Amino acid sequence: MEGLNVADANLAVYIHPSKAGKVSQAILRQLSTLLFKYIEVFDGVVLAYDVTFRDKNAKVLPGINSYFGVKLKAKMLLFSPKPDMLLEGKVVKLGKEALHVIVLGFSSACIAEEDIREEFHYRIKHGEEVFASTSHRRHVIKVGSMITFSVKSFDEEILHISGSLIPENTGSTKWLHKHVEEGSIVERSIKKQKQKDDRSKMQEHCTGILDNAGLSLNAEDQPKKTKSQRII
Amino acid sequence: MGVELATDRPGFYEMVDVDVSDSELVYHVRDALKSVSQGDSDHYNQLIAVMHYTGRLAPDEVAMLVTSLKALSGSISYIDIIHHESLLSSIFGMSMWNYGPDVMDALVELIISLAASNGKFVDSCLDMLVRNFMPPKSYLDLLGHPRGLARKHEVLDRVHSALSHIADLVPLAPMRLTPIILQRMPHMFDKEALIVIYVESMLLLESSALGELVGSTMLMALVDRLIDLDVEISWDDIIHEDSGKGIFDMELEDVDDIIDHAEIDGFEHPRGTAGSQILGTNAVADKLDSLMVLICEHLKSCADGERLTKVFETLLQSFWVTVLNAYKSKFSQFVMFYACSLDPEHCGERFAVFLADIFVCRTHPALTRMSAVAYLASYLSRGKFLPLSLIASTLKRLVDWCLEYCHVQNGEEKTINLEAHRVFYSGCQAIMYVLCFRMRSMMDSHRLKSQLLHMPLEPIFCHQLDPLKVCLPSIVEEFLRQAKAAHLFTVSETFLFNNLLESDLSKAFGGMERLDMFFPFDPCLLKKCDRFIRPSFVYWSMVKTTYDDGEDCSSEEDINEYFDGNGKSYMESGITRSLDEHDLDLDEFEYQLNKMSITPRNSLKNGLIFKLENPFRMPARIRPSTSPESL
Repeated sequence: MEGLNVADANLAVYIHPSKAGKVSQAILRQLSTLLFKYIEVFDGVVLAYDVTFRDKNAKVLPGINSYFGVKLKAKMLLFSPKPDMLLEGKVVKLGKEALHVIVLGFSSACIAEEDIREEFHYRIKHGEEVFASTSHRRHVIKVGSMITFSVKSFDEEILHISGSLIPENTGSTKWLHKHVEEGSIVERSIKKQKQKDDRSKMQEHCTGILDNAGLSLNAEDQPKKTKSQRII
Repeated sequence: MGVELATDRPGFYEMVDVDVSDSELVYHVRDALKSVSQGDSDHYNQLIAVMHYTGRLAPDEVAMLVTSLKALSGSISYIDIIHHESLLSSIFGMSMWNYGPDVMDALVELIISLAASNGKFVDSCLDMLVRNFMPPKSYLDLLGHPRGLARKHEVLDRVHSALSHIADLVPLAPMRLTPIILQRMPHMFDKEALIVIYVESMLLLESSALGELVGSTMLMALVDRLIDLDVEISWDDIIHEDSGKGIFDMELEDVDDIIDHAEIDGFEHPRGTAGSQILGTNAVADKLDSLMVLICEHLKSCADGERLTKVFETLLQSFWVTVLNAYKSKFSQFVMFYACSLDPEHCGERFAVFLADIFVCRTHPALTRMSAVAYLASYLSRGKFLPLSLIASTLKRLVDWCLEYCHVQNGEEKTINLEAHRVFYSGCQAIMYVLCFRMRSMMDSHRLKSQLLHMPLEPIFCHQLDPLKVCLPSIVEEFLRQAKAAHLFTVSETFLFNNLLESDLSKAFGGMERLDMFFPFDPCLLKKCDRFIRPSFVYWSMVKTTYDDGEDCSSEEDINEYFDGNGKSYMESGITRSLDEHDLDLDEFEYQLNKMSITPRNSLKNGLIFKLENPFRMPARIRPSTSPESL
């Protein structure tokens, strides 16, 4: 899935003096306020962080409340979906007009009817509402299935994604995965065959050449060598 | 495209007789929405007009509204937040209370779809649902009728299920919901019915699936609201500072009797104002009362659902932040009392340990520690459900702390700075107060008796800091009296306080806040929630003291006799410090008492002066005046 990346950050967290006895707790608490929020500086939604202290000393700020700044190194897991990225999510609601998906358990995504390609038709199969593909019988999207979709837009405030199933490589993740795999197996087998053929052809060719080469070599070598050193 | 029939009546769906499929209606609506940006708003305006149907709707109007809403649900992606602002504000302004179940369902479906489809609508959708916690003002009176109640259930069921659906589709919705709920909470001066119905929904949310995420905020906001109301009730309405009555006077055990008297007088007081004899600002007290009833009922259901321990942690946190430091909270703390009574083993003990921890911890401000120990003393004394072992162990903690404090003081000072040692004095007073209530029971238990006798009380009370002189005289006196009867320790000086409810010395350590006279769990004066508290509450009249020798049997009988089938307790001969004595109808008092024929009439007429050695101190229960007072 695209859109997830790990970033290294140098941070400074300013802590109130009353927390001086429990610095780690204060830092973690401060950082946890960043979770599941879009932070402009990082250009992404912070999902997780891992912190190490950069410096044992912290600078105390001048002023009435003498906050002190602890310098940290953090590894942050960021989620920053950009348009045309491919994301995976679970379908939670399926209707004729829209598909509602949840990505990574916290971000809601909506795919409107006009963003679902012609291939998929809304059907009711066995009492269940589904989007079924007309070209591939087994390609079906229903409530609970994981789908891959492309991002149209991302609302940073509520972390809502507007998605699209128009590109060809979108749809039910399971089906796509299998389909691609199968495709590659076929390709590989073709390739292998091709390679085999080539090799055998080459071998014939080579042996031919070799033979000729060998002969010619011998022939060539001969004049170089003295009569007495003729290689037989 | 829909077929437009030429009729006179301009309506959105002019094909009333034509059987139109849902999808065609949806396309119609989509066209109407699309054409707005192109400048043509006719159909759009007609659609808005449908949203504004009010009053009693005819069946075809209902049908039109339902189909319009359903068609809108199908055209969600065509709704633009800017171009269709007036339509959106019409939808969000609709109150589900005005419609029948069909319209409600369609509206809720639309709201859920709107919220899930676009992040920009989430806040408005949640806001609309939260506003529907309350009916329109005109509807409030109907709530008492069965029809109103039925409508209330219809609406609230749908609102809460809509909230949970939205939370399923938009996982971060509960995060946005919390500030909206807090913002929309009715002001404390709003109508009581409005506040009550909103709080009902808040508590419903707490126990729902969303409760995991929003529950603690709901509870804390509620406790804040309780304190807001509590603070509005002024102490002047309740207590008269110069009444000169002892702490251990008779307590008002049955508010019903007061109210009965008012009715006997010949004029009916409406339900609320009967309480005005006890509490001046009755409207605020009624609101507080109703809210506390709601919270107590909710706590009961939590206990039944075995969630109480978790909820209690939130309550405790809220108590610590809001109630403990509120200036002399009057009744809000009874919520904690009730919660503890529901689960004495965990919650009951947790509360006691929590308060004791605050008292002994040096980093807390002095006022907080004094307040905590006042709560602790009152709690340990009044909680019928508390095991004696817990009381004994907590007492031991207090005693140990006081003893250590005494050791630290070297006794170099000639004059004692009372304010500097106020935490110590409040601790001593707490010990004495608890022992006044519990000494007899502890002495009756063999194990606890030895524990009590081994407690180093003498070194504390006879220390140079002289807590016996400084603490509240009425408590000291009662304590000494019981201690002497129990042979707890010998006190060489006799302490005679003449009609002193308080002394200047106790005022000094109590400070401006008068924490020397703070007994938070004194009987609750709120009528409705009293029924939750009463079964687990220790009234002073129920307490057996150590000097009560030979009266055990009779006192048992007395107690049984006085709690008759009506649950009304006997009226003691005293007037509590909660009432101004002139307000009370003394004739009725006499009547009640003469019925039981216990105390001679004279005593009453003289304004409760008994012919005893210590004139100011009232006996804890009505006894024939011939009983020997062994000192």
